[in-house]
Amino acid sequence: MAIDIGQFVQTFFEESLEGLDVMEAGLLALQPGAADLEQINTIFRAAHSIKGGSGTFGFREVTGFTHVMETLLDQMRNGRLEVTGEAVNTLLESVDCLREMLVTLREKADIDEARVEELRTQLEQLLKQNEPAVGSAAPVAPSPQPPVSLQTAASPKQPAPDIPGWRIAFRPHPDLMHRGNDPVRIFRELSALGELTTLPDYRRLPSLADLKPEDCYLSWELELRGDASREAVAEVFAWVEDECDLRIEPLTESVSADEPELLTSSDLPEPPAPSEPSAASKPPAPSEPPKARVSAEEAQQGELVRERRKSAERRTSMAAADSSSIRVSIDKVDAVINLVGELITTQSMLSALGVDFEMGRLDKLHEALDQLDRNTRDLQEHVMRIRMLPVGSVFNRFPRIVHDVSEKLGKLVELRISGEQTEIDKTVIEKIGDPLVHLVRNSLDHGLEPPEERLRQGKPETGNIMLDAYHKSGSIFIEVSDDGRGLDREALLRKGLESGLLKPSEEYSDEQVYDLIFHPGLSTAKQISDVSGRGVGMDVVRRNIQDVGGNIQIASQAGFGTKITICLPLTLAILDGQLVTVGQDCYIIPLLSIIESVQARPEMINRVAGRSEVLRFRGQHLPIMRLYELFSAKGAVTDLQKGLLVVVEADGRQIGLFVDDLLGQQQVSIKSLEKNFRRVAGVAGATILGDGRVGLILDISGLVRINNTVL
Amino acid sequence: MATILVVDDSASMRQMVEFTLKEAGHQVMVAEDGQVALNLAQGASADLVITDVNMPNMDGITLIKELRALPTYKFTPILTLTTESTTEKKMEGKGAGATGWIVKPFNPEKLLATVNKVLG
Repeated sequence: MAIDIGQFVQTFFEESLEGLDVMEAGLLALQPGAADLEQINTIFRAAHSIKGGSGTFGFREVTGFTHVMETLLDQMRNGRLEVTGEAVNTLLESVDCLREMLVTLREKADIDEARVEELRTQLEQLLKQNEPAVGSAAPVAPSPQPPVSLQTAASPKQPAPDIPGWRIAFRPHPDLMHRGNDPVRIFRELSALGELTTLPDYRRLPSLADLKPEDCYLSWELELRGDASREAVAEVFAWVEDECDLRIEPLTESVSADEPELLTSSDLPEPPAPSEPSAASKPPAPSEPPKARVSAEEAQQGELVRERRKSAERRTSMAAADSSSIRVSIDKVDAVINLVGELITTQSMLSALGVDFEMGRLDKLHEALDQLDRNTRDLQEHVMRIRMLPVGSVFNRFPRIVHDVSEKLGKLVELRISGEQTEIDKTVIEKIGDPLVHLVRNSLDHGLEPPEERLRQGKPETGNIMLDAYHKSGSIFIEVSDDGRGLDREALLRKGLESGLLKPSEEYSDEQVYDLIFHPGLSTAKQISDVSGRGVGMDVVRRNIQDVGGNIQIASQAGFGTKITICLPLTLAILDGQLVTVGQDCYIIPLLSIIESVQARPEMINRVAGRSEVLRFRGQHLPIMRLYELFSAKGAVTDLQKGLLVVVEADGRQIGLFVDDLLGQQQVSIKSLEKNFRRVAGVAGATILGDGRVGLILDISGLVRINNTVL
Repeated sequence: MATILVVDDSASMRQMVEFTLKEAGHQVMVAEDGQVALNLAQGASADLVITDVNMPNMDGITLIKELRALPTYKFTPILTLTTESTTEKKMEGKGAGATGWIVKPFNPEKLLATVNKVLG
């Protein structure tokens, strides 16, 4: 029977990547010198599972590499190897490397063998350092591949073309069956190898009174005729090797004369005399591992390999953020199933009403429709919840980052994480990972002072970085704060004036000054480190956050720290929209971006430079954009006084959108226009309206950009 | 056809073994660690137990000892799944009362061949 194990590979990748997270968290929690045994055990198990799975699914590179990690962890577990900071760091790097390997393999790409080899050497060195202390008691498996064969008995290879078969003396110990073995099954195995004759020996059988029914008293003299190899025969007995006295010897027609003396199990590993001495020590894995070849070519390929490694790193970070499946707790699924049940009840109620409807039952109809409305809303909410993941999945990576970066910078840092159970839509989670990393790195690098400086200022030596997440009024808030030196208002102000972003004549609020850090090219870091400080980043951070419909705020106090608050929408898949009509068509404006809708009176409209029109609105002059012109809509209202102007804001700029009329507000589900048609400037997506028509969802920041280019 | 209890903390390994055995017409119970397996075993009998060694909560060695103490599992074949082909590791299971072992990695064919060795 051919069974395709490919279908389980995905599960293998998922659980292995999860296992790596477990290993990483465990390693970070390990205290060098005083390691918790259970912690090491957990790390070991994760490595062990990855090794086992990778072997089964044919990822030999992973098996070989994990094997070394596992050996190291095993020795730590047994107390034979000390848990040092160096070992932990090497293991952490190996976890990264392994993660990269897995992701690469999942994408069916080539593994960066040079890096694997480098780390493997490091791991092996750690093992070797230990070797003198351990002596020969702890052999480090030298072969990169664990043996593949089921059982390689100590018996030598012996080509057996000339002998007619094997004579086997088999004397089970009385307790053989207590471990679930059974001579009958062994004979069945043997008979599959050739023609078997069994000759039982009843001599050990006690009297009935002394007979224990669960013990085995019989012995056998077996003759197996056929061309089976000695290994094959020995393998049949592999499981009972030390539960019986066994002797296997070539069958010769004349040998029957001398009574074979039975060997005890302790004699077994000794190879009989006529053996080829080299055969026993030969490793069973027949194929040469691909690594050997690579290391030879390595020198020439160094450059290429490094290049590949870079791209692999990129791929890893991309793929890690963009996993294609999610794990949903059964509660959430149950809730949805319950709601579907209710929906069906409502539906049958409505069908019953519809069968012979009369006006007298209008109340009932309304009632049922209300219920339907409630059901759908609940269902929507719960279905959305399926896509929600705890923000902890993003926060998890920070202990590692803080560990690595603080070590590099020589700072003492404690990371406090709270609210990791707060749930956010998966699509949002994927987009905020990188911005958060940037913010935390900034805090580590610029925010927190070195220990001496903190002590001088009367602060505790260890700095704090706090990550928090919580729900508030339909949005998710994520805070990154530190108790470091805070933003340098004066330096920012100076930079702002130098670059011309601020005018010397005006007074600026703290907020306006702090806002400068989001401008590309402004960095106040006194020296550029490789952690951060090149002045690229904060603008990107803000753009990424805005891309998912969020915003970012800064609060800071000199000497006491900085707090950055990110506000995110609960989901990207559903949007609260204002429906508007333009000609025959219906468009949706995101409710969040609408400031106000006004009917323009003539005195509010000004014409600037001939063509472009502006709306005087609360002391400002806002450009007017006629949507029917933009979308070439027919039959639209063209007189500004007869339609409506919707004032919207994006990227800090307001414009007035001219529409025919406002319809209702409703939640719409966003469908990608790009995926189904193509990208259209000024349109964020589309949705299906209640009457089945397609309505376009306006992209307000896109419209603002269009307006800028037109002007 | 037999009832087989499969114990492994790795989901992919469990799925693979379960699928393979079911394809061959066996009934399969799965458990993700020794404790879960023991609870299952106390409620139902199996013709064969296949268990991983390294697992959280209760490891395979403890499970084997516990199973052998149950009257219904006294002679039931128990195979350990082991990644080690070293004698030491194999014997660890045997010492606790295991019947034999299956060395990982294995493919479905090898798994079935080994299973057939102890069934019936």
